[in-house]
Amino acid sequence: MSFELPKLPYAYDALEPHIDARTMEIHHSKHHAGYTNNLNAAIANTDLDGKCIGEILAGVSKQSSAIRNNGGGYYNHDLFWKLMSPDGGGKPSGELQKAINDTFGSFEQFKEKFSKAAATRFGSGWAWLVKLSDGSLKVCSTPNQDNPLMDDAEVKGTPILGLDVWEHAYYLKFQNRRPDYISEFFEVVNWEEASRRFQD
Amino acid sequence: MKHELPKLPYALDALEPFISQRTLEFHYGKHHQAYINNLNNLIEGTSFENADLIDIIMKSDGGIFNNAAQVYNHTFYFVALKSRGGGKPRNGLYDALVYTFGSFENFKSEFSKVGATLFGSGWVWLVADSDNKLRIVKTSNAETPLTDNLMPIMTLDVWEHAYYLDTQNARPKYIENFWELVNWEIIESRFDKL
Repeated sequence: MSFELPKLPYAYDALEPHIDARTMEIHHSKHHAGYTNNLNAAIANTDLDGKCIGEILAGVSKQSSAIRNNGGGYYNHDLFWKLMSPDGGGKPSGELQKAINDTFGSFEQFKEKFSKAAATRFGSGWAWLVKLSDGSLKVCSTPNQDNPLMDDAEVKGTPILGLDVWEHAYYLKFQNRRPDYISEFFEVVNWEEASRRFQD
Repeated sequence: MKHELPKLPYALDALEPFISQRTLEFHYGKHHQAYINNLNNLIEGTSFENADLIDIIMKSDGGIFNNAAQVYNHTFYFVALKSRGGGKPRNGLYDALVYTFGSFENFKSEFSKVGATLFGSGWVWLVADSDNKLRIVKTSNAETPLTDNLMPIMTLDVWEHAYYLDTQNARPKYIENFWELVNWEIIESRFDKL
């Protein structure tokens, strides 16, 4: 069994004007497809063939860099697409809202902390809002395609929100202005999906 | 000592069509400039304030290291490009490449492969070790071979910002274009100084 490139839950131009169609198309059909194909090639004829991605990532420290990088890239992008929506933006509600307020003081303070983690990640990587095993929330960032599901992650837990800060995620539209991309991302965040992940 | 953005030895459109003016406007005008500005801000009031760039790279870490090394790496990359570059090096460097890699084509293909497969942001280098033996190495993010006591001879920037406006996800195409711009005279002179 091999992994398949997940379909985008909306059209390439659905996140305009915040994230442009050309970026979405290349990001999904080239970068995400590349990770998916390379992951399949890396697990072919190994005992990982047939395992789910969560299981692969949970034992990734014992695997090759090809499995780490492409497994991470496959999972992270799938999550990223689901965490955005043309009807997104605004603020979370319900339990996630309460947990964010309890942990960070306010939604604005959370947003500032998350944005800073995303802006200051040097090189390629991701910013995360993570639910730890005790149910509490934490903001962190990871290099390249690493993520909090990996067994050797510095901050381990369930990703609730993830933001891709590889330059390929924003360079066509924002070039060197990563902070502008980060603030546009908040206009399309699918807080319903983030809340669902938090409550799961 | 304030660090300054070095002048490019060519116009911003000189590397067209292989590297676009728009890419250079951002890569040199924004990214390289930002590393300079960040470095100057970060070293103010520290023991690095009057140190030279290499000294800072060898002794610092964190933000100061990242910005200092990126200043060095970008300057090293930009000054060794030129309009209508490419071809092959001459004399000593050519012989050393053939001796080390079997042929000039082998060197090119090995260097290109390392560049194409580096995961994330980083740099590919031709370096000489302490015995003057040539090697191809890759470094992540801002890292530079200087801190491994390797002498850089040539480099290729494979951060996505170096090529994304021109070739997007097709990094190998950018690497192919790079070979048309290499200023071998500069690289030969670095080799001759070893």
